Amino acid sequence: MDTVIHTNKLTKRFGDFIAANEITFDVYRGEIFGFLGANGAGKTTAMRMLCGLSTPSSGTATIAGFDIYKQAEEIKKNIGYMSQKFSLYEDLTVLENIRFFGGIYGLSDRQLKEKSEQLIETLGMKSEVKKMVGSLPLGWKQKLSFSVAILHEPKIVFLDEPTGGVDPVTRRQFWDLIYEAVDSGITVFVTTHYMDEAEYCNRISMMVDGEIKALDTPAKLKQQYSVTSMDEVFYELARGAKRSE
Amino acid sequence: MKNVVLNNISKTYDNGMVQAVSDVSFHVNQGELFGLIGPDGAGKTSIFRILTTLLLPDGGSASVNGLDVVENYKTIRKNVGYMPGKFSLYQDLTVQENLNFFATIFNTSVKENYDLIKDIYVQLEPFKDRRAGKLSGGMKQKLALCCALIHRPTVLFLDEPTTGVDVVSRKEFWDMLKRLKQQGITILVSTPYMDEATLCERIALIQTGSIMSIDTPENIITQFPENLFAVRSDNMGNLLHDLKKAKIIKSCNAFGAYHHVTFRDVSPEVKEKLIRVLEEKKHTNIELKPVTPTIEDCFIYLMEK
Repeated sequence: MDTVIHTNKLTKRFGDFIAANEITFDVYRGEIFGFLGANGAGKTTAMRMLCGLSTPSSGTATIAGFDIYKQAEEIKKNIGYMSQKFSLYEDLTVLENIRFFGGIYGLSDRQLKEKSEQLIETLGMKSEVKKMVGSLPLGWKQKLSFSVAILHEPKIVFLDEPTGGVDPVTRRQFWDLIYEAVDSGITVFVTTHYMDEAEYCNRISMMVDGEIKALDTPAKLKQQYSVTSMDEVFYELARGAKRSE
Repeated sequence: MKNVVLNNISKTYDNGMVQAVSDVSFHVNQGELFGLIGPDGAGKTSIFRILTTLLLPDGGSASVNGLDVVENYKTIRKNVGYMPGKFSLYQDLTVQENLNFFATIFNTSVKENYDLIKDIYVQLEPFKDRRAGKLSGGMKQKLALCCALIHRPTVLFLDEPTTGVDVVSRKEFWDMLKRLKQQGITILVSTPYMDEATLCERIALIQTGSIMSIDTPENIITQFPENLFAVRSDNMGNLLHDLKKAKIIKSCNAFGAYHHVTFRDVSPEVKEKLIRVLEEKKHTNIELKPVTPTIEDCFIYLMEK
């Protein structure tokens, strides 16, 4: 199996505080990998290192085949990132947002034109292209922002709580988009507070107090902890946590 | 007694272009824990701001403790506690300074009402000299709750207190709410997490400014009009696809480890029929069982009705 994320004892210290402590794991090509943990467990710190935004204190990692210390810029070109908090510019139109982010990710003018037309078609947003993103319903924004994050066909897309706050129907439509991306060969790395969404992942890791305490398929984790839902797995693992953000 | 009453409340923004709340009516009884359940943009925050006298409704009337929210706003403000969805304490004051500040604003002291916040405050005490802006998310949430309680309000308005909070902290927060309820405080709380609905005594399901249903969580579940089944097989992605295409299936939604389905036909043979259809599609380890709907099933049903 192709490995797209490989980490070995990846650690980040802030003074005396060890935010991420020797985390070691692999993510394979075409996988939906769920990155779970309590608030303050170190998920954001770990994710920032994996995206090439923060230099580790020790340990090694390669992302999409690039070294996390020496090739951070290459990493950034080969990944996509979307979070509920930072997604699109509200005061730019749909089309302007697509062009802006596509441009940032290095698409040529021709590619941009082609890709934006294609994207607007698939999302069924033809009558909305000239509307400000701020005026769109949240569900549409999130679908658009996900599509923009994979416009440059990255090897991996990082999704940080992508479905927070959306209605249950839109939340499921969002997962349809994730499955489509996976079918096209993109690897998905996702964090969520919805435990039913944890079930949609191929494998799950659980971070507690800076360490990865469990990593397996949802079925095996439930078996291991003799429980029937991911909610209970999470609770069993996280309730012993000493730090809360 | 009804502590909170809304009669046909409406609110629009941008000169009537955006209908945030449309014709909403419900009431909250004294000492009740009432939940407004709905996604972002449903109108929850507008309702909270109208009830806390921070926003004028376009139409309809509302009262808190029997006082009109427009006429008697000054009195209402003295008697209610409000925890907005966005953290709104002073980031550059310490934990203790924030608490003292809010107590003083309401002409009281921390000492006078300490018994009410004691359970929550003891968890904050080790950080009492830390600036609020430097607290963790969970700690900020606890401090905001203390500040909303420090003047011993009769009604507590909590706007999405658990959004973005992990499962463990969410459970702790709901335990705190139950203890406050025992003190006789009326609580109106909103949440986008459907699984939290069952922790309320009564709930209103709200979507795009309108209320879809108001009742106890148990009654809303009982009113689900279809027989609901859970299905799984070894390939859940293909299963969802095949179920959506199957003619005998009326609705189909992914629900964690299972997909939830309802049938077009209520005859007892439909189950065998579905299993045959799925076997033809080469599904293995098929499991099909009846399940009790969750609030999320009800919400989806009402949304698509």
